[in-house]
Amino acid sequence: MNPSASHDSMPSQLDRLRSLGRRSLLALRATLPAILALVLALCLGGILVALLGRNPWTVFVRLADSIFGNAFGMGQVLFKATTLIGTGLSVAVAFRAGFFNIGAEGQMYLGGLAAGVVALLLPETTPGLIAPVVALSAAALAGALWGAIPGALKAWLGVHEVINTIMMNFIAFALGSWLLVEHLALFETLHTAEIPAAARLARFETFLPAFRGAPVNLMLLLQIVFCAASWLLLWRTRWGFEVRAVGQSAQAARVVGIPVRRRMVQAMALSGAIAGISACNFVLGYKHYFEEGFTAEAGFKGIAVSLLGANHPFGVIPAALMFGGLDRGGFAINALVPKEIVDIMQALVILLVIVLAPRLAGRMRREQSAPDRQGPQGEEG
Amino acid sequence: MGEAFAFLSLLLVSTLRITVPYLFAALGGWCSERSGVVNIALEGNLLNGALAAVLAASWAEAHGVPGALAGWMGVGAAVVAGIATGALHALITVRFRADQIVSGLGINLLAVGLTEFVLKVVYGSSANSSRIAGIPVWEIPGLADWGVTRVLLCTPLVLLAWCTVILVDRLARRSVFGLRLHAVGEHPEAAQSLGIDVVRLRWIGVMLSGAMAALGGAWLALDQHQFTAGMSSGRGFIALAALIFGKWTPRGAALACLLFAAAEALQIQLQGSRLPIPGQWLQMLPYLVTMIALAGVIGRSRPPAALGRPLEGD
Repeated sequence: MNPSASHDSMPSQLDRLRSLGRRSLLALRATLPAILALVLALCLGGILVALLGRNPWTVFVRLADSIFGNAFGMGQVLFKATTLIGTGLSVAVAFRAGFFNIGAEGQMYLGGLAAGVVALLLPETTPGLIAPVVALSAAALAGALWGAIPGALKAWLGVHEVINTIMMNFIAFALGSWLLVEHLALFETLHTAEIPAAARLARFETFLPAFRGAPVNLMLLLQIVFCAASWLLLWRTRWGFEVRAVGQSAQAARVVGIPVRRRMVQAMALSGAIAGISACNFVLGYKHYFEEGFTAEAGFKGIAVSLLGANHPFGVIPAALMFGGLDRGGFAINALVPKEIVDIMQALVILLVIVLAPRLAGRMRREQSAPDRQGPQGEEG
Repeated sequence: MGEAFAFLSLLLVSTLRITVPYLFAALGGWCSERSGVVNIALEGNLLNGALAAVLAASWAEAHGVPGALAGWMGVGAAVVAGIATGALHALITVRFRADQIVSGLGINLLAVGLTEFVLKVVYGSSANSSRIAGIPVWEIPGLADWGVTRVLLCTPLVLLAWCTVILVDRLARRSVFGLRLHAVGEHPEAAQSLGIDVVRLRWIGVMLSGAMAALGGAWLALDQHQFTAGMSSGRGFIALAALIFGKWTPRGAALACLLFAAAEALQIQLQGSRLPIPGQWLQMLPYLVTMIALAGVIGRSRPPAALGRPLEGD
């Protein structure tokens, strides 16, 4: 209507496009340390393979083939990544609030327990849409409770969460083991009965035949939604702003009137809930029961995934895919070298990333500060 | 009455044995954290030390070295592995000034992967190594009669652990090295300006830390006569809690280790009794005691002021 308005919006949209381009370029460069760390870790792993007298090339080809070779392999990777997206996101959310959540493992374990038990208790007639929602909520609640305890201990007593979350992992394992052995496990197994069909999450193979046999299921889409929701919550709401402020400096946050203790507990509860819900990939989407040891260190790997993804809700997705790929590859190469070589490489990735990231970031900042001053000319020319 | 005495005596003996890895790891933690470097890699140090001890001991036994000597070679190998692990932590946190907690986490994960990898390559098993003889108890006439003395004075590594407590305690309060370490952990910049080589002291602190914690691992392996995957089971973290509970002093940490070990010993004793408490509930006991102890002491336990902070400037 008003010609000047449309005229004004033109450059602003262009600017927005430009800033989007610049930001995605920056995001791409932010992944540089992760990629470099992966390459270096693979090289070190290759050396280890060579030391064993095996051909590293054969091992890597087998590894790559198991990941990219066919849809089944990719389905396996996606399945493993689904859990890791969740645990990575859990650690990332806690990290933004200033917490090292090393307890994702235990929170996930109890989440799986709650999901399994609640799904088993549901009446047969529960509709197919409500049953999984109830089970997912139970998992989230259990995880939230387990995360909130170390959160509260830090908020009110000042106890650092690292030791408490580790201790609570062991307590969670013992609790789950007791419930299984004494009450829940089927005869001569360490898992519960199968949950009713209504509570299960559909596998991709039911609508994408290419994924036949792979356990990747609807949980993957849910996890991506959770990533987006966490991003919105942390960066687009007042609550999220306050949580991040607490994470940056609890003292400063207190001075400006943010309820620091409440935010701490809430953030850890959210982190725990996400970790708890991640168990549903296995319990509701794959085996359809709760089993001792089903977490398989996914909680600990979540720490690596979060770090690799720059503790960002969207960063954890590619990082989880990378670690999921390595996990999948480990099984494929197990005939050639012990699959634990993958655990070694994953640990090396963590150590390399924390050494490389600040170095590369420092270099980038120095590079950028120069052209930024003459920015417009540079872009037009 | 006699039954109660036997129970207590057993509890005491078992506590003294269980304390050993906690003592070594907590004292190691002291060396690192007093210099200002958080060391949650103690857990990985325990694992690496335990595996190194078994590898060396079983290699020596296979080459005809008598049991006790092979055991001591295992102890030596553990120390070397501990120094190497400590050096890695120092390289990342002191030289490259990266995050100390994340480095510790990474080293712990590395230790889990590496030990299980080596276990498979060397022993062809993902669960445990072959058996080793270990270091036998000294037979000192007269002393070997009564349980507690026997454990305390005739079990070499138990004796070594308590000697280390005394040594580190003296180091902390009476030596130039101890005072400098303290200064570096409290105010590295001030220490630097007084001519203390902060970086060098931190390297030494962290490597000493690795060596001591690895001794704890060696005890675990030699005591159980084998390496089992994940045999550290959180002891490195409990030792760290003991250090905090003991207000970052060697003496306090040693007492806290005794407390946590007593909780574990009680748990094991009760497992054997006919009490109507499920075993898994008892298993939680040491972890719960650790959490409660930490919650109770906080505020009265002050960490080194520069803990977790790398030296500024370069």
